[in-house]
Amino acid sequence: MVQVHSERSGTLKAVAPDVSNEVLAPSHMANVLPEYPLIKIRPGRKWVALNLRDLWAYRELLYFLTWRDIKVRYKQTVLGAAWAIIQPLFMMLIFTLFFGRLAGLDSRVGGIPYPIFAYAGLLPWTFFSNAITNSSNSLVGSSNLITKVYFPRMIIPAAAVGAGVVDFAIAFAVLIGLMIYYGMPIMGSIVMLPPLVLLTTLLAMGIGMWLSALNVKYRDIRYALPFMIQFWMFATPIIYPSSLVPAKWQWALALNPLTGIIEGYRAALFGLEFNWAALSISAAITLAILVYSAYSFRRMEKSFADLV
Amino acid sequence: MNPIIKVENLSKQYRIGARQARYATLRESIVGTVRAPFKRLSRNGKSSDNTSRALKDVSFDVMPGETVGIVGSNGAGKSTLLKIMSRITDPTTGGIDLYGRVGSLLEVGTGFHPELTGRENIYLSGAILGMRKSEIDRKFDEIVAFAEVEEFIDTPMKHYSSGMYIRLAFAVAAHLESEILVIDEVLSVGDVRFQKRCLGKMSDVARNGRTVLFVSHNMGAVRALCSKGIYIKQGQLVCRSDIETIISTYLSEDKSSSSIIEWNDRDAPRSPEFCFRRAYILNDAGKCVESLDIRKEFSIVVEYEVSRPIKGLRIGFAMQTLEGISICGSNDPEGWPQFDRGPGTFTSRCTFPGYTLNTGTYLVNFTADEPPYHVPLIRTPFCLHFNVEDTIGHGPMKERLPGVLRPNLTWAVANIDTNKPSGRNLSNNVAQKSS
Repeated sequence: MVQVHSERSGTLKAVAPDVSNEVLAPSHMANVLPEYPLIKIRPGRKWVALNLRDLWAYRELLYFLTWRDIKVRYKQTVLGAAWAIIQPLFMMLIFTLFFGRLAGLDSRVGGIPYPIFAYAGLLPWTFFSNAITNSSNSLVGSSNLITKVYFPRMIIPAAAVGAGVVDFAIAFAVLIGLMIYYGMPIMGSIVMLPPLVLLTTLLAMGIGMWLSALNVKYRDIRYALPFMIQFWMFATPIIYPSSLVPAKWQWALALNPLTGIIEGYRAALFGLEFNWAALSISAAITLAILVYSAYSFRRMEKSFADLV
Repeated sequence: MNPIIKVENLSKQYRIGARQARYATLRESIVGTVRAPFKRLSRNGKSSDNTSRALKDVSFDVMPGETVGIVGSNGAGKSTLLKIMSRITDPTTGGIDLYGRVGSLLEVGTGFHPELTGRENIYLSGAILGMRKSEIDRKFDEIVAFAEVEEFIDTPMKHYSSGMYIRLAFAVAAHLESEILVIDEVLSVGDVRFQKRCLGKMSDVARNGRTVLFVSHNMGAVRALCSKGIYIKQGQLVCRSDIETIISTYLSEDKSSSSIIEWNDRDAPRSPEFCFRRAYILNDAGKCVESLDIRKEFSIVVEYEVSRPIKGLRIGFAMQTLEGISICGSNDPEGWPQFDRGPGTFTSRCTFPGYTLNTGTYLVNFTADEPPYHVPLIRTPFCLHFNVEDTIGHGPMKERLPGVLRPNLTWAVANIDTNKPSGRNLSNNVAQKSS
């Protein structure tokens, strides 16, 4: 495993230019070598440090890869970025027809028009499900990079998640339009949206990162994922309110980290009361998933180049 | 002075089983875990069987500013060494200490996306190779100028010709500012003129005091670029010395199993009365080798057994390139009077003069036939192969000349302009012609 020598980082910066300090001419540093190795390459150990310093040094790459994914996504499509709207919009129409009208959920969503209710749930869900689908396939799709050049591998699934944020923003504009159409006021609680988006992004990153690493070794993930996502969607109060679930099953619903988040979106948009308990559970689970995925990603990372 | 690269007892092991089943599935993994203890029992502890060691206990130091060529035959572990050094894959044991940033060029065009424009790809590929945006901004014009793609810089790269693609790819990589530069076989792409420029750029890099590790099969380029060399053979470091010594050691010593073919009783190409036994390549010193010096003569030798006299027996060979282009063929009666051969064991040896074949890998097959020579008695497949290495290169940039043949030709340049008969003018004219 590779470690950037960190104990004496202060001295290092002064003597040898690392990534953040490279205006020095190369001929300069050939004569002045750092006292300690800049990079130590050693066999991998089971548990390794997260190496966030390295990740920070490559932050520009995260930006460029995200930007590439956004730029390339709708190339050679006729409708272009409209696809970002079409997907949640059509799902909303279908669910409004089947669940809202035929199953009679219309009357049970607390006075909010069902299309808006469904769309407000489908919006973060579409973002989330696309993010984990894209990121779980991202490492396998970047095999040409992984076998040819070094950079912190975490950047690849992270960029795949990041690229979805733009789609989310576009689809969000439609939601505002819908709310105005239905004559709903925009509440002050909308300031809670950015932290919620951040929480969704972190959760998607945690799960996407872990799945992408597994997918390198076990290509089963690709086939299991669509099924898992569909199941997850129905296990989350997206097209139905959580109040619909019997009281004795409420605890199970709360364990799903998306429950608190999706309910949170609705609370922020429609000015409802926040369910802080559910939101805290979601945040705690998200954090746990993120930390676990990051460590297990680092552990699996060393074999990527040999497997992909 | 302290070394900038310290390689200590570096080993890399690949599991051969894992290599074959590249895409493990969950089910296989579970079944494998269950079976593993039983496997170990049945194998009786011979666990080393299914691993192959790409590198074995390699140790060496590189001083700052050195340009080191790494030579060795295919599969010797050169690329594995570079991959470990560029942190793409992990060593199994041992380690490397690097006292500088590493820029690696294991492939040109890493991270290029066909849908993006040249400008966008310069930033993307630069960032992937480890450049900062500010660094790319600063060098942008230089990169574009080097690649000669000014007019197409805002065109998506899928519309680029392959030449333009490679030029831009190399230009980005060549402008990396790291203390250590690791290069694998990238000069073998592009047209001759561009190869020349790449080699020039690489020499600039080396002259700037940066440390360069260079892997190539083009011995001319290695010799032109590097002052020191490392010779790796079957994963082990054979020697580390100045580049001249390394190249000559490599060419004379490198002998893998394929440089000699030995047929046993079961698989020998044979007819009832005739049987091929061995075939091999001899260099000018009479040593059996795989790699030959372009300047030196060599022989193709085939050994065969005749069990009863065959009238007018004729042994021949045909030679072709890896791409299947036929080069030449010859038969032995030209050097052998027409009489019955056998019974007994014979060799037929055909000698090529130096400066015949150009750099490359060549394949040879053998035939035996008897009058009236319509149908061969036996024809072997193209089984024997050998490499010709260019140790001198051509011209100041040591580039590879085109074609299959590499004759040592004589040129005469004369000034036929009667108005300027003096020798001084003549040499001036020559200089103008070559520029």
